[in-house]
Amino acid sequence: MTSTTVDERARTYRAHARPFWRRAVLTREAAIIGILLLVIFVSLATVRNFDSPLTVTYLLRDIAPILLIALPMTLIIITEEIDLSVASIVGLSSVTVGVLTQAGWPFELAGLAAIVVGVVAGAVNGFLVTVVGLPSLAVTIGTLALFRGIAVGLLGTEAVTEFPETWTDLAKANIPGTPLPLIMIPFAVLAIVFAVLLHLTPFGRSLYAIGLNKEAAQFSGIDVGRTKFVLFVMSGAVSGFAGVYFTLLYSNARGENAMGMELQVIAAVLLGGVSIFGGRGALHGVVAGVLLIGTLGSALRLAGVTSDIINVITGLLLVLSVVSASLLAWLQGRRAAAAGKRKNARSVASTASV
Amino acid sequence: MADATAATPATPDHALELRRVMKSFGPVVALRSGSLVLDRGSIHALIGENGAGKSTLVKIIAGLYRRDDGDFFLDGESVDFASTAQSKAAGIAVIYQEPTLFPDLSVTENIFMGRQPTGRLGRIDRAAMREEAMQIFQRLGVALDPDRVTEGLSIADQQIIEIAKAISLDARVLIMDEPTAALSGVEVERLFAVARSLRDEGRALLFISHRFDEVFALCDTVTVMRDGAYVHTTKLADTTVDDLVRQMVGRDVTELFPKLPSTPGDVVLEVEGLTRKGVFRDVSFSLRAGEIVGLAGLVGAGRSEVARAIFGVDPYEEGTVRLNGAMLPKGDVRRATARGLALVPEDRRKQGLVLDEGVSRNITLAIRSKLSRWGLLRSTDENRAAREWASRLEVKTAALDATTGTLSGGNQQKVVIGKWLATEPKVLIVDEPTRGIDVGTKSEVHRLLSELAQQGLAILMISSELPEVLGMADRVLVMREGRLTGEFARADATPEAVMYAATAEAGASL
Amino acid sequence: MSTATPVRPGTSPAAKLVSHVATARESGIVLALVLIIVVATLNNPTFLFSSDGFRDLLLTPSLLLLVAVGQAIVIITRNVDLSVGSVVGLTAYLTGRLFIDVPGLPLVVVFIAGIVVGGILGFVNGALVAYAKVPALVITLGTMYIYRGINVAWAGSNRVNASDLPGSFRDLGTGQVLGIPLLTILAVVVLIAAAWYLRNLRSGRELYAIGSDPAAAHLYGLKVNRRIIGAFVTSGALAGLAGVLYAARYGTVASNAGFGWELQAIGAAVIGGVAISGGVGTVWGAAIGAYLLLTINRALPILGIDDFWQRAVVGALILGAIVLDRVLAVRQSRKLTAERETGR
Repeated sequence: MTSTTVDERARTYRAHARPFWRRAVLTREAAIIGILLLVIFVSLATVRNFDSPLTVTYLLRDIAPILLIALPMTLIIITEEIDLSVASIVGLSSVTVGVLTQAGWPFELAGLAAIVVGVVAGAVNGFLVTVVGLPSLAVTIGTLALFRGIAVGLLGTEAVTEFPETWTDLAKANIPGTPLPLIMIPFAVLAIVFAVLLHLTPFGRSLYAIGLNKEAAQFSGIDVGRTKFVLFVMSGAVSGFAGVYFTLLYSNARGENAMGMELQVIAAVLLGGVSIFGGRGALHGVVAGVLLIGTLGSALRLAGVTSDIINVITGLLLVLSVVSASLLAWLQGRRAAAAGKRKNARSVASTASV
Repeated sequence: MADATAATPATPDHALELRRVMKSFGPVVALRSGSLVLDRGSIHALIGENGAGKSTLVKIIAGLYRRDDGDFFLDGESVDFASTAQSKAAGIAVIYQEPTLFPDLSVTENIFMGRQPTGRLGRIDRAAMREEAMQIFQRLGVALDPDRVTEGLSIADQQIIEIAKAISLDARVLIMDEPTAALSGVEVERLFAVARSLRDEGRALLFISHRFDEVFALCDTVTVMRDGAYVHTTKLADTTVDDLVRQMVGRDVTELFPKLPSTPGDVVLEVEGLTRKGVFRDVSFSLRAGEIVGLAGLVGAGRSEVARAIFGVDPYEEGTVRLNGAMLPKGDVRRATARGLALVPEDRRKQGLVLDEGVSRNITLAIRSKLSRWGLLRSTDENRAAREWASRLEVKTAALDATTGTLSGGNQQKVVIGKWLATEPKVLIVDEPTRGIDVGTKSEVHRLLSELAQQGLAILMISSELPEVLGMADRVLVMREGRLTGEFARADATPEAVMYAATAEAGASL
Repeated sequence: MSTATPVRPGTSPAAKLVSHVATARESGIVLALVLIIVVATLNNPTFLFSSDGFRDLLLTPSLLLLVAVGQAIVIITRNVDLSVGSVVGLTAYLTGRLFIDVPGLPLVVVFIAGIVVGGILGFVNGALVAYAKVPALVITLGTMYIYRGINVAWAGSNRVNASDLPGSFRDLGTGQVLGIPLLTILAVVVLIAAAWYLRNLRSGRELYAIGSDPAAAHLYGLKVNRRIIGAFVTSGALAGLAGVLYAARYGTVASNAGFGWELQAIGAAVIGGVAISGGVGTVWGAAIGAYLLLTINRALPILGIDDFWQRAVVGALILGAIVLDRVLAVRQSRKLTAERETGR
């Protein structure tokens, strides 16, 4: 048994077990992109005014905060954590901008301060999760209430509506010559940064490892605590930035701003193929997921459907996407078990007697 | 003892009988042909290397798995359990190495959960429950507060609770799966006394262990398994350890270990006074380049904990670790790896691999930063490194992105070893390097370790398989209950000496 | 066989340690409640010493109590139910519509309808969590918005007004017995029943087992799926009852009834000692937590704090409670280990 069995098994290994098209097409990301295209085509065909360039502009302007926040949220969910407080951080950032602007601060500083507030909020989340060791679900339910509570407490029923025109115009402007709003530029930059981070760096590799097997990640030298802390801070920072944009877009800083946005972010991320159990997902699917929810909402609104129904649909999509993921996993498990039974039967038939 | 593979119909004399049972999971065949016969009023041992199929057999008996094929008789009647509840109801109880209790609930509730005695309106009769628990404890001769939570109880006490559960269920068949792994000598004696009294009550006991001294002390008959199949059954009075080992392994022991000679060089690892309360105490040793030091001892002696503490995964309270003369700060796996220390962990599935990721990703996980250029990592670079190590270790896989969960145990272990060799270590700690691996791969791994030592790597090999330790090591260290109790040069390391240091029992029958 | 002297139940250091921590926790929140009432009353005696003040102290939290009890039951199984607020809103509006559209409907029927509808909504949650094996967080996040959306779509801009409801029904909401509001009595009856169930029936104890270690629960052969569905059905049914009583108490039901109640219910349970990781806690604690939370909210304006800060207080209390629980759990674990090791 010590002689090495030399057989035709190639010492050269194939990189991939399945051909490229199967790997690229038979994925959840591809499915979502397909559904997105379908929804776009159907909407173009059936909903009046959907094909106007204004639709694209309004759609992208409205979902820009969700697009932005979905980026760090993807990374957090991949490491098997969650951040429910993102909408509250948006609200808190919005209130910060409003209060400081009202107090006479130059807008640049007020905006920066708001982003810093987001960073601090994210750090609070990160501290409670990684240092105190609490589950992120519980922590972010608490901070969801706390941050929103501080935001509402600071402004009460008031709203700040006076903001420098240069900045509000900037938020509403488009890239010259296109129907794309200017906010798409920072989004594109962030999207590229996050995509590279997730798919092309050692840091990104460590995220998948943490989500799939935290223990093995620790044994491989990955500092799980520090990594997760960084992710929560990123989430807070991006939420803070989204809050500033939100305020400018609607010229309105209120404690209740962006209430409920966390649903749409999480729904979009899960719809985009990221597994709630961690360790699986890609950014192109997430972007498609956000666009899908946005397009659906936009088309339905144009068709006269009220926003509460749209909420129902978003909720349904969320539930369906996770249930279908479970169903798929169950079916795959059954197929593998059946294959194993066949293999066992064959091997028993070939070996005469034990 | 009748050979259970003979084609005779089941007789009601046997409490439990399994014949030619088969079980696979996807492409992995866990049990090719499992057979077992248990009689009432006896304690039967089941031995075999890891991966021999023992735990799969037990899980089928327990109702956790359903067998794919084969016969299963309980008191002469054919049974097929679809759930653990069914096997429990049929009178089968399993005491696992790591008992699964409800930590937040009391001892009494743990024993009776789901079957609590009730009175009017279905109201749980707490007094009756407590009374019954106290009676069971008295029968077992143990003192436990029935009202305390089970969190914080020693493993030994948790096992007693599991046994109490079995008694309250009036279990006819009791299976103990490696129960003594984490027990002290006194606790083992207590457990054996309990087992003997259960036997005298007419129950059938199955004792799974690889500690031969315990098997010979407690059991009357033994069944050997190997590579997922039944091998042999005999009375313990009629056999010796050598016989059993030969049956377990399938060949003469010495043939397996192609140890190459090597000359030890400088000291590369110095451990001094390493202490962690309750886990290990005052552990000191050193490692030279080019030598293989075996670390022997029973499971639960604290060896893996020491290894993990040195590597930085676990904390320690006192002591120092020096790598190549420089102090190694504790708790920093990345620093340890960068300085040339690597650990192939004990549990390759939970600690060594990310099972849902491909071979390439797993092999390159520890060197991902090294492979990156300007902070970016391309899969072509990963695949190149993965190819190099996979071919050097002769890993059998369909492709580099095949998930490691689909590989056989031997190939999985090669991936883990490759992952750590890729970090170019100077000191390699391997914890149970050949556990659960087929024999062919086992000798490949041994040959590889010998070659590496010859090339100057310092290797610390933790192993519970005495033949492996004795065959491979230049020096043998022995731990027992958290302390180093022996150090032997190769020439002086006899099985008796090592077993004595590991168990502190004179006249161990090896 | 060696015999060891039997241990008198409850006398071991470990037993004492754990029960000490538990009673300290519960007496702690009762103390906090008493303290808040005292401080607020000192500031403004009408807080407690007026017919309205005393009644409101007892009455207002009784609806939240019902929802918090249901939430506690779910959390004990290591799950969470974010949809309860929406269930309350939906059943409150349903109650109003039933009275408006079906005149002369007996009160009992309306009560049953609310409870049953709540139970069905809870069943949806429970079935998805148990059979699809999806985390309760995600499922109930989705159903929270689905149920609320249905509520808003159904109500439109309509509201149920007090005049739409029969007098006998409204009397339930404002009636008193010996100075104690009827609703409070009802809530306490439900509380006692729930507490009795969780302590004395097998299926109740199994809920704790499932939350303490779900894997072990499966190994024990417990009917885990059935229990989890039962927990969510209970949570939904109690929220449904709370919805019906909401209509009785407030008379006016807009489409935002019950908004945010899930957060308060989780807060009440967590403050009351129900561990978010499951397996620990009592509905008594959740009830005291509900009272503490809402009494603090009422005391804020009296103490000179704008009641806009209410939500921040809830958030701070939730965070404080889970941090405290974690610190206590780590200490308890360390002490139990030390106690075991010294014996060796």
